[in-house]
Amino acid sequence: MSQRNPTISKGVDWSLVWIWFILCAIGVTSIFAASYHEGENVIQGFISLKTDYSRQLLFFIIAGIIGTFILLTDSKFFTATANLGYAFGIFLLLLVFPFHSKVKGTESIIRFGSAFQLQPADLCKLFVNLALAKYLSRVDTNFTRPRSQLIAAAIALVPAMFSIMQKETGLSLVYFSFFLVMFREGLPASVLVIGFSFSVLVVATLLLEPNTLAIILTLIALLAIYILRRQVKRSRSILFLIVGIWFVCVGVQRFVVPFVFDHVFKPYQVKRIYDAIGKDYVPKDQATEAAIESEQKGKKKDNNYNVKQSKIAIGSGGLIGKGLLKGTQTRYDFVPEQKTDFIFCTIGEGFGFVGSILFLGIYALLLMRIVSVAERQRSVFSRCYAYGVASVLFFHIVINVCMTIGLAPVIGIPLPFVSYGGTSLLTFSVMLFILVRLDADRQMVLR
Amino acid sequence: MSVFNQSRSNVVRLIFAGMFLIIAAQLFHLQIISKKYKQQAQENALYRKSIYPSRGIIYDRKGRAILNNTILYDLMVTPAQVKNIDTAYLCQLIGIDTVEFRSRVLDAKAKNGPFRPTIFEDLLPPEMYARLEENIWKFPGFNLQERPVRVYPYNAAAHIMGYVGEVDSAILRRSNNYYQLGDYVGRSGLEQYYEKSLMGQRGIEFWLKDNKNRLVRRYGNADLDTPAIAGKNLHTYMDIELQQLAERLLAGKTGAIVALEPSTGGILAMASGPNYDPNSLTGPDKQTNYAKLALDVSGPMLNRAIKGQYPAGSTYKPVGALIGLDEGVIDPSSGIGCLGTYYGCNKPVKCLEKWPGHAANLRLAIAHSCNSFFCNTFRLTVDNPEYHSSRKGLQKWKEYVNAFGLGHRIGVDLPSEDGGNIPDTAAYDKEYNHSWNSCTMVTMGIGQDKMTVTPLQMANAMCIVANKGYYYTPHFVKDIEGAAEEDTLLNRFHQKHEPVSHITDDVFEVVRSGMQDVIEIGTGRPARIPGITMCGKTGTAENKKVIDGRVLKMRDHSWFVCFAPRENPRIAVAVIVENGGYGGAQAAPIASFMVEKYLNDTLRNERLADVNRIAGVNLMPKYLVRLQFKADSGRAADWARLTGDSTRLLKYLDKANRTFLLDTSEGSRNPLMQNIRKMPGYKPLTPRLAPVVPAAAAATPRQDSGRRASAPPDSPAAHRRPDTPVVHRRPDTGDSRKPSSTTIKKPSDQKGDSTQR
Repeated sequence: MSQRNPTISKGVDWSLVWIWFILCAIGVTSIFAASYHEGENVIQGFISLKTDYSRQLLFFIIAGIIGTFILLTDSKFFTATANLGYAFGIFLLLLVFPFHSKVKGTESIIRFGSAFQLQPADLCKLFVNLALAKYLSRVDTNFTRPRSQLIAAAIALVPAMFSIMQKETGLSLVYFSFFLVMFREGLPASVLVIGFSFSVLVVATLLLEPNTLAIILTLIALLAIYILRRQVKRSRSILFLIVGIWFVCVGVQRFVVPFVFDHVFKPYQVKRIYDAIGKDYVPKDQATEAAIESEQKGKKKDNNYNVKQSKIAIGSGGLIGKGLLKGTQTRYDFVPEQKTDFIFCTIGEGFGFVGSILFLGIYALLLMRIVSVAERQRSVFSRCYAYGVASVLFFHIVINVCMTIGLAPVIGIPLPFVSYGGTSLLTFSVMLFILVRLDADRQMVLR
Repeated sequence: MSVFNQSRSNVVRLIFAGMFLIIAAQLFHLQIISKKYKQQAQENALYRKSIYPSRGIIYDRKGRAILNNTILYDLMVTPAQVKNIDTAYLCQLIGIDTVEFRSRVLDAKAKNGPFRPTIFEDLLPPEMYARLEENIWKFPGFNLQERPVRVYPYNAAAHIMGYVGEVDSAILRRSNNYYQLGDYVGRSGLEQYYEKSLMGQRGIEFWLKDNKNRLVRRYGNADLDTPAIAGKNLHTYMDIELQQLAERLLAGKTGAIVALEPSTGGILAMASGPNYDPNSLTGPDKQTNYAKLALDVSGPMLNRAIKGQYPAGSTYKPVGALIGLDEGVIDPSSGIGCLGTYYGCNKPVKCLEKWPGHAANLRLAIAHSCNSFFCNTFRLTVDNPEYHSSRKGLQKWKEYVNAFGLGHRIGVDLPSEDGGNIPDTAAYDKEYNHSWNSCTMVTMGIGQDKMTVTPLQMANAMCIVANKGYYYTPHFVKDIEGAAEEDTLLNRFHQKHEPVSHITDDVFEVVRSGMQDVIEIGTGRPARIPGITMCGKTGTAENKKVIDGRVLKMRDHSWFVCFAPRENPRIAVAVIVENGGYGGAQAAPIASFMVEKYLNDTLRNERLADVNRIAGVNLMPKYLVRLQFKADSGRAADWARLTGDSTRLLKYLDKANRTFLLDTSEGSRNPLMQNIRKMPGYKPLTPRLAPVVPAAAAATPRQDSGRRASAPPDSPAAHRRPDTPVVHRRPDTGDSRKPSSTTIKKPSDQKGDSTQR
């Protein structure tokens, strides 16, 4: 393994590597555009390691080196260590509870010294991906059985549970993206449909008056009965099913959502959700209001402000944008967190609609490429792993971009390869390079 | 199994593509369709910075700056940068306590946020600035910022120059939002009238600001910016030394002095008493000072030269004589046998002269100001058989008087001039129910009854007599520097008005001879100046005042109008001193000082004692104490009613304090009384010594001024001199002294004036 393999490039899908390279380069440039101040020496800034863009560049190089090592690794190594890696990931997650340091309201970060910090909840998606692939590719796994489906769901959702406990709700949502992998492997479509309908119901609950929604639901139910009246005549069970669904829906919108919002979520999270859908959150009582205020004391501006400024930045880009380093919104710090979560603003303002679409096109290309790479695998492990990578990337991209353009709540999810942050960049790069490595051995059947 | 699920890869691809389409749609909406984000980004980051040009300077006829600009400093604070400073020391330097310090920093934070500089203490007095400037490095977060301020180097001509103040909503509306909130704009005097010329043109710079509202850099290549254009300087006809003399002479008096140049209509000096220190409205205490002036019932901010409406008294007589002569109802040899009373009407009119023959002809009648003669002349004019009715006669007479510039606004280049009053038939119809005759209003012939005039109008009427029939509208500004040739503002002042050109020169000569006799043998002898042929007329106007609902006859107003020299007159003066008694007593000497000062450029040594005597007389009426008390207590009562806080009112209700405040006996410690007895801190003029060598003469006054500038003012309470001009005064006094080294006569006189202000 350590000896140099002359056939390292054999079977490697270079298109994925190039896309990775382009995205990382765009990331460093965007961070440079967002944090460069007039009169600074650019070269010195890049060498000094004191500026954010120079650090990102360093991580870019490190990711490249690690990627090379991964390409030199035997594919079997990943199947062999998948379960071990999962255990290691869970161990790290547990380690957070006694050793975390409190940064920006989250309790999910372990610090080493002052410069380096580790967020296991972020890192863990790699291990989950491998472990899930490993489980689904087992010979004795029959994924049509609910038991297997439950175990697969558990593998994905245990780390999610830990991240919720570490007050990282945003990261926990990422793990739900693995359902896309399970769907590909035969999870009934109804699960996805029900899940999707459920989230639509929750959002509708927030948007509409309770009574209006109840009437709409009732009308839908009556309409369904009317359309299916023939079948209803034949079997009464359909009627009971429809009434049952109606009952559950009304129950959810009337009792479950208010209960969850009042007792499960923290008030600031509720406020974030309301902010994202553009409604003012009116706290129930003074205690809640005080809780929100104390939550926000550390931060200067609330999320409503962030999203508004971010929308202004992107919207002011127009068709072709203002040009690199010319955006007034991003240059003068109107958008907070713009190096990390709101990095898309820099692109949107600097390069406008055309630039944004091209940029998103690169991502779309990446995802489509991964899906076709997945479909050409002989081994189930590689295919599952590839779908896992695609799902996680997709979830990050969509939520992050939607966040900046006001379509999703601000939950602090980075844009893969582009947002500032060493852990994030390294995790995604390692994920992608493992995929490239596995793909290079696509003729092999890995177990 | 794998094959069975193959189609699902397409579903996954569809989901991916679908989400990207939704994002693309939202981006299209944000970036292409919606325009508001672009605008909001501009609002976020663009800042229009107004660049204020320096206001124009106003010069007198000899090129001395009467109204200038200087730099004062504001102490600014940027709250976020204030760290670890010696608060106690800073407080000591500014003269506040630490509690005040903290509250000011908090205020600044609330006002502009912690990252932008906010005014901490504005318009620092020079010595405080000097102390702070040395130590400012010790106080991070504090800095000194320049601020241009208006300064009046001679401390004179307050009413004429006016002052600048922040725009109010009315001006904002009228200017079509040309001005912005916080702009300074001329609020009275020449500052207001010539606002457009003086203010120049505001420049605009576009800056980019960051999220903390700090200005980061210029927007673009500054090609959108408009540079500021400095205000235009004004050159006036004024002689600032003459103006200073006029103000000195009016010290402690209510009244006005107007001196005109008959050949151009240029105003040489215009003073109004009581006066105020123009620099008190520019410095750090301007708000307090303004409030004090505005609440003073003696009206120090009222320019009585254009707004004071007085009965003309005998000063009207030359005009009456001219009308009578032109109408042909009298001739130069007409006379009247007057023994001290005019019995022509039911009600006798007294005449001050009783000896027979004092009105034997027109010349003598003018010289001795015979009331009988002019009552008779007036009646003859009104009852002129040519018009067949007194009604028409009165109308004709009014036309004449109006032609002499009385009874209507003349159009001087100052805002809010008053027009005086020449009654017409309607006024008498109303009061006497259409049954009146020339006897009803006979005292109009001696300038009483319903006739009121302003001092400026009388001075202008003198110009007409001096010019034998024409005048130019009195005005201050000779030219506006850098203004277009056809400046519409000044055009109307170059237009010759000839309202009484039909009166022949012979007629004028008769009256002018009479007026010359006034000075030489008549009532105006105190005004005589050896070597100058002067024509003048005294006036003693009856003065009735309504006080507490009763009409009281107060001491007469003292009038004097004149022009000199008789041939090619160079100056026409009108002086009124309220409650001054006979015209010859107060007004005549004042006018003669003005004429002598202007024509000879200096006053003779032997006259200085007289100047000092007159300047030292306080003629402020005691009833002002009562008026002030009523006004103050009324305000206190309003305040108590509005707020329920009666602490202010109690002071006026307390009986002992009431008596104290209303005590008008001389030498009482009553602050109201002391206020009207207060005299400006002029140094008496001292006679010049024998002429010295020019070099020494030039050196002495300069030394003198330097010493005086550093020494504290003699009476700080009575006449608080703002310290601002001190910085500025040196070059100016040096400037004003320039002529002093060329002539021997001047220096000592200038010394007298400029050091004593």
